[in-house]
Amino acid sequence: MSIPANLKYTDSHEWARPEADGTVTVGITHHAQDLLGDLVFVENPALGRKLKKGEECGVVESVKAASDIYAPISGEVVAVNGDLGTAPEKINEGAYDAWLFRLKPSDPAELEALLDAAGYQKLVEAEAH
Amino acid sequence: MLKKTPLNAAHRALNAKLMDFGGWEMPLHYGSQIEEHHRVRREAGMFDVSHMLAVDVVGEGARTFLRQLLANNVDRMQIPGKALYACMLNDSGGVLDDLIVYFLDPRRFRLVVNAATADKDLGWMSSQRARAAAAVTITPRRELAMIAVQGPAAREKVWRALPQSKPATKALDPFFAAERGALFFGRTGYTGEDGFEIMLPAAEAPVLWQALLDAGVGPAGLGARDTLRLEAGMNLYGQDMDETVTPLECGLKWTVDLESPRDFVGKAALLGAPPRAQMLGLVLLERGVLRAHQEVDTRNGRGEITSGSFSPTLDASIALARLPIGVQPGEPAKVKIRDKWLPARTVKYPFVRNGRSLVAGLSSSFR
Repeated sequence: MSIPANLKYTDSHEWARPEADGTVTVGITHHAQDLLGDLVFVENPALGRKLKKGEECGVVESVKAASDIYAPISGEVVAVNGDLGTAPEKINEGAYDAWLFRLKPSDPAELEALLDAAGYQKLVEAEAH
Repeated sequence: MLKKTPLNAAHRALNAKLMDFGGWEMPLHYGSQIEEHHRVRREAGMFDVSHMLAVDVVGEGARTFLRQLLANNVDRMQIPGKALYACMLNDSGGVLDDLIVYFLDPRRFRLVVNAATADKDLGWMSSQRARAAAAVTITPRRELAMIAVQGPAAREKVWRALPQSKPATKALDPFFAAERGALFFGRTGYTGEDGFEIMLPAAEAPVLWQALLDAGVGPAGLGARDTLRLEAGMNLYGQDMDETVTPLECGLKWTVDLESPRDFVGKAALLGAPPRAQMLGLVLLERGVLRAHQEVDTRNGRGEITSGSFSPTLDASIALARLPIGVQPGEPAKVKIRDKWLPARTVKYPFVRNGRSLVAGLSSSFR
């Protein structure tokens, strides 16, 4: 199971990565894409949309199921990964490379409250039982 | 505790993602269900379908019994080996199950029924036997395993894996079956491709599975099976039909014989009540994925998707939908996905047959 140590995680299986410019990149975890199977559709939040932590803001769909995306922290959407519109399978190929969107955080402290790699590992293990 | 097929260890050895399917532990996929789907359309793949149940109906009265048990007419089968797709109805014309029946010899027929309905079917069949005082035995063949090998190269690869089967199966026409010792070969399937459905004693199944792998047949799970059958326009019991609808309301009019004077269970109900709805295909004209139970809006009123998914062959989302009478193929429709109504088009199905799209004018640029 691949859970990079430098990322933060939510219990709804998003990852969040603080960037040097102060933005935060968001994606879904390797575990999430593994549960979903082959992805065929991604709907990202609109550029400029202001999200609250935990807000439903997008959807990823596999052949099998649809899964909502929740904002890991509050902030404004400043970039979306347009490549996923025609190639959602990139998430299956590399869940930590194929990011969904970037946020400009409104409260950077929220990031610290997310799970670290060890915490997320425990969550994944607990779900397996 | 989930039931396991004789190939459970083989699935685990191939790293299958396993799932609960009607109480059976079955492979969903072995890595990528889309790749498995393409492999069946382009070459050959195989499915463990041992959860389905073969039921032998044997005796002097077998044909007479099946004539009244099934909505399709078993008298359409006169040459030994012939297969027929049929629904088994209740007295009100609702679909108890859909099945394939093979005519093996004048006093011997084999039915293959769905896993989730198998116990119900056996109970129903024995009550119908009592009602008709039919001189038949009804024998579930739970000791048989079943492997479906499907795809344009499926038969060649079966002959490579089982050379001794070739003489008996080479000349088999589609929708015919042949027996060779303890092995049963039906040139039937649930994918819209050529191939065989092979039944054999459970203990021999892992050996055949391995021989097929060695012959270049890829394993495919129930995920690919579902998108393949949907593209092929084949109903799934429990999803596209059940006891609350008649075959006339789920696109299976062609399997119901209302012309001959023969009586069958459910016939009076079908003749007495016109269909309340019809089945049509849908193609989504925007990006997104159609799913079962989404609402459909047509110029004749509302309907509902019964099966929807992403079609790997068409690179678009497709569905089977139960729509109001009067809606024609080719008309615009709208489907409610989450909070939005997205444009779709009604189409005749199948969507795909023998590897080729049958849906005209479909641009794949919107995915």
